[in-house]
Amino acid sequence: MAAHPKQDFIQPASFAFDADSMVQVDKHIAKYPAGRQASAVLPLLDLAQRQMGRTTGSAWVSVAAMDEIGRILDMPPIRVYEVATFYLMFNMAPVGKFHLQLCTTTPCWLRGSDDIVQACRDVTGIKGWKENSADGLFTMTEVECVGACVNAPILQVNDDFYEDMDSERTRALLESLKRGVVPKFGSMTGRQASAPDGGPITLLFEKAE
Amino acid sequence: MLSDQDRIFTNLYGVHDVGLAGARSRGDWDGTAAILARGRDAIIDEMKASGLRGRGGAGFPTGMKWSFMPKVVGDRPHYLVVNADESEPGTCKDRDILRHDPHKLIEGCLIASFAMGAHAAYIYIRGEFYNEAVALQKAIDEAYDAGLIGKNACGSGWDFDCYLHRGAGAYICGEETALIESLEGKKGMPRLKPPFPAAVGLYGCPSTVNNVESIAVAPTIMRRGAAWFSALGRPRNAGTKLFCISGHVNKPCNVEEELGIPLRELIDRYAGGVRGGWDNLLAIIPGGASVPVLNKATCDTILMDFDSLRDVKSGLGTAAVIVMDKSTDIIKAIARLSQFYKHESCGQCTPCREGTGWMMRVMNRMVQGRAEIEEIDTLEAVTRQVEGHTICALGNAAAWPIQGLIKNFRPEMEARIAVYKASKSMKMAAE
Amino acid sequence: MVKVTVDGIDVEIPAGSNVLQACEAAGKEIPRFCYHERLSVAGNCRMCLVEIEKAPPKPFASCAYPVADGMVVHTDSPMVRKARRGVMEFLLINHPLDCPICDQGGECDLQDQAVGYGDDHSRYLEPKRAVTDKNLGPLVKTVMTRCIQCTRCIRFSTEIAGVSELGATARGETMEIGTYVEKALTSELSGNLIDICPVGALTSKPYAFVARPWELKKTDSVDVLDAVGANIRVDSRGPDVLRVLPRLNEDVNEEWLADKSRFSIDGLKRRRLDSCWVRRDGKLARASWQEGFDAIAAKMAGMAGDRMGAVAGDLADAESMLALKDLFAALGSTNLDCRQDGAALDASRRDFYSFNTSIAGIEEADAILLIGTNPRREAPLLNARIRKAIVANRTKVAAIGVPADLTYKVEWLGDAPALLADNSFITTLKATKRPMLIIGQGALRRADGAAILAAAWKLAAETGMLTADWHGFNVLHTAASRVGALDLGFATGKTLDKMLGGGVDLLWLLGADEFDTAKIGASTFVIYQGHHGDAGAARADVILPGAAYTEKDGTYVNTEGRVQRGQLAVFPPGEAREDWKIIRAFSGIIGKTLPYDTIGALRARMEQVNPVFARLDILPRFGCTDMAGPTASGTIGTESFTPAIVNYYMTDSISRASPTMAECTAAAAPVLLAAE
Repeated sequence: MAAHPKQDFIQPASFAFDADSMVQVDKHIAKYPAGRQASAVLPLLDLAQRQMGRTTGSAWVSVAAMDEIGRILDMPPIRVYEVATFYLMFNMAPVGKFHLQLCTTTPCWLRGSDDIVQACRDVTGIKGWKENSADGLFTMTEVECVGACVNAPILQVNDDFYEDMDSERTRALLESLKRGVVPKFGSMTGRQASAPDGGPITLLFEKAE
Repeated sequence: MLSDQDRIFTNLYGVHDVGLAGARSRGDWDGTAAILARGRDAIIDEMKASGLRGRGGAGFPTGMKWSFMPKVVGDRPHYLVVNADESEPGTCKDRDILRHDPHKLIEGCLIASFAMGAHAAYIYIRGEFYNEAVALQKAIDEAYDAGLIGKNACGSGWDFDCYLHRGAGAYICGEETALIESLEGKKGMPRLKPPFPAAVGLYGCPSTVNNVESIAVAPTIMRRGAAWFSALGRPRNAGTKLFCISGHVNKPCNVEEELGIPLRELIDRYAGGVRGGWDNLLAIIPGGASVPVLNKATCDTILMDFDSLRDVKSGLGTAAVIVMDKSTDIIKAIARLSQFYKHESCGQCTPCREGTGWMMRVMNRMVQGRAEIEEIDTLEAVTRQVEGHTICALGNAAAWPIQGLIKNFRPEMEARIAVYKASKSMKMAAE
Repeated sequence: MVKVTVDGIDVEIPAGSNVLQACEAAGKEIPRFCYHERLSVAGNCRMCLVEIEKAPPKPFASCAYPVADGMVVHTDSPMVRKARRGVMEFLLINHPLDCPICDQGGECDLQDQAVGYGDDHSRYLEPKRAVTDKNLGPLVKTVMTRCIQCTRCIRFSTEIAGVSELGATARGETMEIGTYVEKALTSELSGNLIDICPVGALTSKPYAFVARPWELKKTDSVDVLDAVGANIRVDSRGPDVLRVLPRLNEDVNEEWLADKSRFSIDGLKRRRLDSCWVRRDGKLARASWQEGFDAIAAKMAGMAGDRMGAVAGDLADAESMLALKDLFAALGSTNLDCRQDGAALDASRRDFYSFNTSIAGIEEADAILLIGTNPRREAPLLNARIRKAIVANRTKVAAIGVPADLTYKVEWLGDAPALLADNSFITTLKATKRPMLIIGQGALRRADGAAILAAAWKLAAETGMLTADWHGFNVLHTAASRVGALDLGFATGKTLDKMLGGGVDLLWLLGADEFDTAKIGASTFVIYQGHHGDAGAARADVILPGAAYTEKDGTYVNTEGRVQRGQLAVFPPGEAREDWKIIRAFSGIIGKTLPYDTIGALRARMEQVNPVFARLDILPRFGCTDMAGPTASGTIGTESFTPAIVNYYMTDSISRASPTMAECTAAAAPVLLAAE
């Protein structure tokens, strides 16, 4: 989310959905009643961002992509710009290959999100928010509650939640990503989802069966 | 203690098969056609009798909400919209339903849609729940393939489509009319009410927006009966509820329990107790970030239900229990929430757009103590100027945590200011 | 109707109204920023809060809350006052304290309401927000830090102007109004953004730092830069017209004004004719009035009346046209024409050349056929009415002509004139109750114009446009003088075409610049009476300096046939004089003194010539009782219709002299080129 496109990067002159994306474009538009195709603007912005990530290694939404979405959905471009800049998940400027989204809202903060932030800064060398690392691998974004608070703190990398993080696990994760190895998402302590540490103490009857 | 037999979400932790076969083995999709055969009025009456109150935070009776939909479908179609935009800080219960028990939700969508004359339901899931969306879409596809939804759903003669719609990062879309706007492809800015969604909702059509948990418990209520559900919990606070226990507890977790369970029992029994013991407790936010914080004395005895928490001027909200022990900088904990609301304000109406930023900035100074004592009163006045003056409830949600802080922890705030002043005068003396 | 009690006053108000309207009906002024009666309700500023009894104990936004029978409203209770003071404080915390250098100062809603609800100091100690200004083109200046995010501008451009270019990007306190990708606004109604902006965020770029409102003399008048006849207020200081603002007239322009009418005024100070000129030895030289008149009188001496002709320009007032007509009658000439473009207008019946449905009547139409017209360029305000009808009533619009973006959905039938006789929209026209057609000058200024006019009437007659209580035949003019000229019979004898190429020996141009002056016969003696050194003056043998519309009292008849009066706001520059007086003075020189020496007497003569001039401002609605159409002559050709106006911003001697209009032309150049 940004008020205006920054000027320190180049806006591609054009954008077109590729064949893979087009299948999804049609699928999404078909979900909504005739004449309500504008409903597909969020899915299409997401598709455009994913395609940019797939094809360029940087998942973001260019002005050309927004214009193309406006054309497809018969929306004035400004209505697409409004939507794209309103929602946090659309990157209006290029980002790194691994978009580190750090939740620092109170439940994560209580569980030590400051340590996670520090670990990310140490490993990536990124100083501020919404900045990219020199090697282009990482972008650090401060995000608000991602909704996995009993597994706090959370580090979201691209689509995936890495849960029950601490400084050490964060460093290990980032080093692994640097090597191109993306670990399985979920709790980094091996917890069973949102069950208490040590295993569920309710819902045991089915196990017994 | 609630017995496992009375728990609705039997795959809460994803231990078992999430797929259709697993869901069926847990009783989902059992006799759905027969439930529909009872008719719209019977379903709504059963829901009303169950005493189920909306699980999204406001606690409005679900059956009554369904009954607000026009009895006859006119030239505008009816819609069910499911609010899976779970974003209230501290809350992560719907996430478990979406990824581990999705069929309960889909079956609930069918029953609720049928009861309100809707042939389509849109599930609006927050964008960050990518993997949850994948799991839910898989379940929807399974349900279509098995004929449980789609044309002649479950052989009931009712045509029903269920669509998944992903959001893209905006807390405000959890507000029902902002959610509808977002679903229509606009910015998530809450609408002016009236008209309410039951009259003019999605695409201008009669619509009902329900929380995931409210919809997902409906099939079990219909199967086991309103009497069973209403026997659980406390009067006017019926049934079971998913609780999320986060923060300074030994074992943070989600758990399903009866409404009215004592807060202390909830934490001690399921979350391994407060870090450092109950006496190390400082404060608890009992229902997600939007409700006022409770001090320890209140926590000692409070029951976790809508009315008990309302009586102490807090709220059950989403039943997301955020625990803070004595190591917590409570001012910072609340200031971080002020940052949250400032970040999530849609910017549409003046008091929220301007007030959330003002409150956050003052709160940030309060964390340092860089303020005057009188400013605590100014801050309190500003929260009152926001509260009740906005288009939606986000303004209230931003105001209440600060009001709770001032009510319960004013001495801490004053002490912080005194310490800052002292350090400054020492610095000046040293220079 | 429901009964509502406001501060103890009972009012009856239609069900479906909002509480704010009920309060106004009770005579209670409700402060507001976002609410505007012509825009959708946003309810976002929260300034209009009121207390409602037996409702939850909180203040309600009156603009967004519907009335109910028996409702009891308080607009001045302690709760209301406290709530409004709170909102005002929020609005001011991030609003700069730059009133002394703000052009909105003195006419700022925020300033005014802060008097009532503001505090004398601020409790806000944090840094104030700063917002980057946006470049919206040559007309609208932005100081976005002053913006209070009321979104009126977004709603105006989207809903009224029909141009979705402005939006609010990002969210929360970082929300900004703008176009996101920088671009000039492409609306011909963009100046209205300045009027509806309640603060100094959007102000007039040409008027920046020019004057304070209390320094200005305000003169009610009528615009002449198109044929709509928008009601305006001319603000002047000393000899200078500093700005033009719209004046409310629900039947004509509502409260809007088109950009050319608002911003051409810097053209009034440039290329002005401020003294007489007489051509001597091939060169124009300054001269006195006596010398100018003598030169004309000498030329006229002994000349047969039939060898003289007069042409009225597009901006001419009715008074001067009648004086010129009377002068020529005295000289024995009936060679008068006002149709510089050669439009085949049939002056034999008023409804053959008027916009009979009326502008406000457009809102009642359920189907509209446009013929050879681009109303967006020819009459932006009338175009906005068409859009309004479409939004309110889903009026269907089809067009025969060159496809263009008219800001609404149009079914383009093609650009061949033959479509008049047969097209796919006829079924729709016949099926609707109140169909209308609008024929533009682009369709009439052709060789086959008369045949086209007749065919259009025939189409109207055959598709139910002409009934006893509905007249759906409409001619859209582009010249402010045209209908008045036809009403006065300023289209007799030789047509302009016949006067050219030596058809007359003396040609009197009353501000006529819109024809090819090179076609005037080499030996024809040309008198140019007007205010700008434009095409006509360049060809003249004698120039008589006249007054622009802001410099004289004058009567104009708009395209509907509505008679309206402009007023003198400033005096004409230098030696220039009001035009009818020039003609009256000259008549005395040649011994044919016209029988009026006051404007009152001249206006009495106007009413004598045509009683329509007795009915000012008001235009009763009428149907069509005589189905006989205009005289058809010739056959319809095959040539495509072309629009009457290519560049909206430059259509007359004033706008051509305007640097602001030149900037607009440059900004719009890509669009214009694309249209060619």
